[in-house]
Amino acid sequence: MRRREALEGILYLSPWIIGFLVFVAGPLIASFVLSFTKYNVLRPPTFIGLQNYIFAFTKDELFLPSIVRSLYFAVLLVPLGMAGSLILALLLNQKLWFTTLWRTMYFLPTLTPLIAAALLWRWMLNPDVGLVNYLLSLIGIKGPGWLSSIEWAVPALVLMGLWASVGGSRMIILLAGLQDVPKELLEAAEMDGANSWTKFWKVTLPMVSPTLFFNLVLGIIFALRTFETAFITTNGGPARATWFISLHIYQSAFVTFDMGYASALSWLFMLILFVITYSQFKLSGQWVFYPGEKQ
Amino acid sequence: MAQQVMRQPSVSRSASTPAGRLSSRALLYLCVLIGAVVSMFPFFWTLVSSGKSIQEMYYYPPTLWPAAPQFLANYTEVFSTVPFAQWFVNTVVVTVFSLIGTVLSATIVAYAFARFRFPGRDIFFFITLATIMLPVEVTLIPTYLLFKNFNWIDTYLPLIVPSWFGGGAFNIFLMRQFILTLPLDLDEAAKIDGASSWRILWTIIVPLCKPAIATMATLGFIGNWNNFLGALIFLNTESKYTLAVGMRYFQSAVAQGSASISKPQDHLLMGAAIMFALPCLILFFLAQRYFVQGIATSGIKG
Repeated sequence: MRRREALEGILYLSPWIIGFLVFVAGPLIASFVLSFTKYNVLRPPTFIGLQNYIFAFTKDELFLPSIVRSLYFAVLLVPLGMAGSLILALLLNQKLWFTTLWRTMYFLPTLTPLIAAALLWRWMLNPDVGLVNYLLSLIGIKGPGWLSSIEWAVPALVLMGLWASVGGSRMIILLAGLQDVPKELLEAAEMDGANSWTKFWKVTLPMVSPTLFFNLVLGIIFALRTFETAFITTNGGPARATWFISLHIYQSAFVTFDMGYASALSWLFMLILFVITYSQFKLSGQWVFYPGEKQ
Repeated sequence: MAQQVMRQPSVSRSASTPAGRLSSRALLYLCVLIGAVVSMFPFFWTLVSSGKSIQEMYYYPPTLWPAAPQFLANYTEVFSTVPFAQWFVNTVVVTVFSLIGTVLSATIVAYAFARFRFPGRDIFFFITLATIMLPVEVTLIPTYLLFKNFNWIDTYLPLIVPSWFGGGAFNIFLMRQFILTLPLDLDEAAKIDGASSWRILWTIIVPLCKPAIATMATLGFIGNWNNFLGALIFLNTESKYTLAVGMRYFQSAVAQGSASISKPQDHLLMGAAIMFALPCLILFFLAQRYFVQGIATSGIKG
């Protein structure tokens, strides 16, 4: 009986096993091997040892800045986005009328195809005739050059990212999390004389901290991987101001067809993601509270 | 800490007077409303702009409604400027076939994780979760070379086939979480009645998983509908493009060797963007009832 169950389980799992071997594990090993070669697709790869990695750190003037730029983007986008989603979830958790309607309205940007949104924002952020700068001029602010300005291009992408993500799945998950906060806890805190501010920091926030943590980890990974938005709106410009690591890898692989070097870059990128994710898990013990955990 | 507690009563008293409560409610609604307007405005703006002439697109200050609306003309021009209908059909084909694969295989795999005991299950599940974090870039190059060897470049197979093998880590995770919330008694009862595990999956588990399946289908539809990088890398022929890649033709900066499209097409872009986004919006409204519940289930606590 046990044996039969195990066999059936593995049978149902088999699509995943095949998919994992062919589309994940295999390619992962292959790109690791390729990262030690010079390979332009036309001729067979030649082994060149660590040269790709050495080149990345010593000769490639775009690699390290592209990493820093991606980090800058993620550091701006993720905390702002999470705070925005949390505030929105707190607002919508206040027993409002038409909650479904509000939720739908906030969710709509998430449904907009990324490409359509990117092209649309490119238009709205046009420094001369764009809507955003027009609205700013109404309140007496001279709007920046946004996507055509070296300093403002990344903040402009952050703005687009915030619009597209604040009301999305993360907000809905947080809203569900807030509704799960035990009423007794909040009432007990109230009995002890806690005001809504204290209740938020001492009860609500710790209770949703696991959800926040989960979204922080995934949010940073997704932000660092951002490709489409930058590729379409600015194509890395102006003057490489939005040349993220994902664009750098794409360029090396599919424009200059330097597959060996691009593989090395993608492995370096993966290691960076791993270090960041790992340290988040290490740091999480200090602020994430698991209600079911023994103290 | 003690001070905060001391200060507290006065605050709650002011909020609990009828007038104070009313004004704080009003403020709340105002905040929610402003947020909703900001969130919705780009849609409204795209819609308005899609009826403008190319000159009016550059009016300053921008006009809130087209001076001489030409919605029909613009939308028709979208179809004559680029092979929009063809791209639309291509996108539907890729999305539908990929989505069927995603839903079927993620459901089956999640069923294995949620309801069967077999050696290595927990390790496999951990690996599944770990692959969520894997950057696409790192597997993209070998995958590209693999499909090139299969002679699959410039076909839809690279965009469809991988979905049939597990349907993505996030979907497996979502389905597994959902199946775990279903009482095991149902399975047991059916098993006693002699139902096979395959039959239990389709007659008991799947009908109860509607919220998770609706969520997966909606998100999967949007994901495939928008798949840009894949289409960019694997499709070369213009007539085979999907909308995600084709949309770029409206960008004035991108003159992809196609001489007919080199002037700014911003007004047409707006209409195209609306038509591009519409299927996703319709689907969301249809699935909405299940969707929120489904997403909330995926919100793991850590």
